[in-house]
Amino acid sequence: MSDVYILGTDMIKFGRFPDRTIPDLGAEAALLALKDAGLTIQDMEAFYCGNLGQANAMVGQRILQEIGQTGVPVVNTANACATGATAFREGWMAIKAGVYDLVLVVGVEQMGRGLLGGAGGGKGIPKEGLLGSGTMPSVFAEAGMEHARKYGTTFEQFAKVSVKNHHHSTMNPKARYQIETPLEEVMNAEMISYPNTKLMCSVNVDGSAAAVLASEKKAKELGLGRAVKVRASALTSDPWQERDLVMPDVNTCTRKAAQTAYEMAGVGPEDIDLVELHDCFATAEILHYENLGLCGDGEAGKMIDEGHTALGGKTPVNVSGGLLSKGHPLGATGVANIYEVTTHLRGEADKRQVEGARIGMTHVIGLGSACAIHVLEKAS
Amino acid sequence: MAEEAAASKPLPVVPYLKIPDDGEPYLEGLKCNACGAIYLTERRACSKCGTVDDLTPIRLSDKGELYVFSIIHRSFPGIEVPYVSAVVDLEGGGTVKGNLINIDPTPEAVKLGMPIELTYKIAPRKDKEGNEYLTYYFQPRSQ
Repeated sequence: MSDVYILGTDMIKFGRFPDRTIPDLGAEAALLALKDAGLTIQDMEAFYCGNLGQANAMVGQRILQEIGQTGVPVVNTANACATGATAFREGWMAIKAGVYDLVLVVGVEQMGRGLLGGAGGGKGIPKEGLLGSGTMPSVFAEAGMEHARKYGTTFEQFAKVSVKNHHHSTMNPKARYQIETPLEEVMNAEMISYPNTKLMCSVNVDGSAAAVLASEKKAKELGLGRAVKVRASALTSDPWQERDLVMPDVNTCTRKAAQTAYEMAGVGPEDIDLVELHDCFATAEILHYENLGLCGDGEAGKMIDEGHTALGGKTPVNVSGGLLSKGHPLGATGVANIYEVTTHLRGEADKRQVEGARIGMTHVIGLGSACAIHVLEKAS
Repeated sequence: MAEEAAASKPLPVVPYLKIPDDGEPYLEGLKCNACGAIYLTERRACSKCGTVDDLTPIRLSDKGELYVFSIIHRSFPGIEVPYVSAVVDLEGGGTVKGNLINIDPTPEAVKLGMPIELTYKIAPRKDKEGNEYLTYYFQPRSQ
């Protein structure tokens, strides 16, 4: 089977664009990625488009109406917060299978403001605030409290994740925010769902990101100069867990995907130079240090305390600013992660560059659940 | 006669809350006869082991311990905050989620692993037909 390469990738600066349309946002990223690859829409043999909010509305085809209706197959994906990464993986699989040599991937989302989630639908009366909370800050607060229960992780340790990622974003012009948030400010921000304060919740933004994927044959023909190789692609759903009727489990599906990805790539956590992982809430990032094997079980609190995941540390995590500060446009996030890691492997990340980065990992979790992990490597 | 009007007795807030004509309300789980996994809602096969059509209703305990919680300070409009959202492991199996009441909603007061008991009350909300609902809450239990 062919290896798969990223020839071009880009993202728009995340922000709030209420006057623009979803196809317009997606089209902008698509054209940027095509330009980065030195190719055009006429070169693309298929198009994989991730969007959640309008999953029933043919977003991919509407993007092509803005950039070129070439008649190629379009696949629209929806997989919660793993939507963009799922589109990327579908493109990867099609090339891997030898069906196409060049495909386009776009992830795009336009978000409202405010809380996501909410407990139970069903018949009768609303359950939110009566049978606990199903809001996302609460769900991830409870996932964090499970870690606190096992290992004594503190509110302060969770808050440090947010300090770090906001600091990273000051070096990323494409992040929604470029603002330092000292520890006291994070801990004293409005409490949303203890232990997640407002500054420990990801930012709802509009955004898009895109990538052009190529077969090995095509990549070599066009030149491997800035190409990045996809060493692994893994996607899991959530295996049965004792408490998953009332507590979505983001750990087991991540561990399973990480194991698959490491095996496929033939590398271990010690080989990973940087990680973009799903910090939808500060509590979540702590869990994923262990889920991705970046440290042993119970060591994540120490890892954030000792700065190992900050830029300059052993394994920098979310140097883009993460979902906490770069922002989290659900369907775009998985592709934006790919853009970030690729940019480092190309040595083009400017002030936030992870020096000498050769191998990087991306991770997203969509509740419900879906976990996608990709391992990328510098091609030459 | 009054068939279209509100029901004369409260309805269960969720299908797994049972209200016997004679006796106290309780929560009912469904246990897989093959592997022992416990569910709160019906399904065609066991999610854990895949055994088809072999779930038996069981009465869940009214006692348990607090597995995890979060304290909600911001919710949707109209929902009173702060309150404690709690996940409770019941004695003998089954895990349920609900509001923890009769406790100060602060991280100092709420303790992971604390003993919990269920209490049943009329919910402070009605549906648009005016029906009342019986719901369950968690409260601290002396050991």
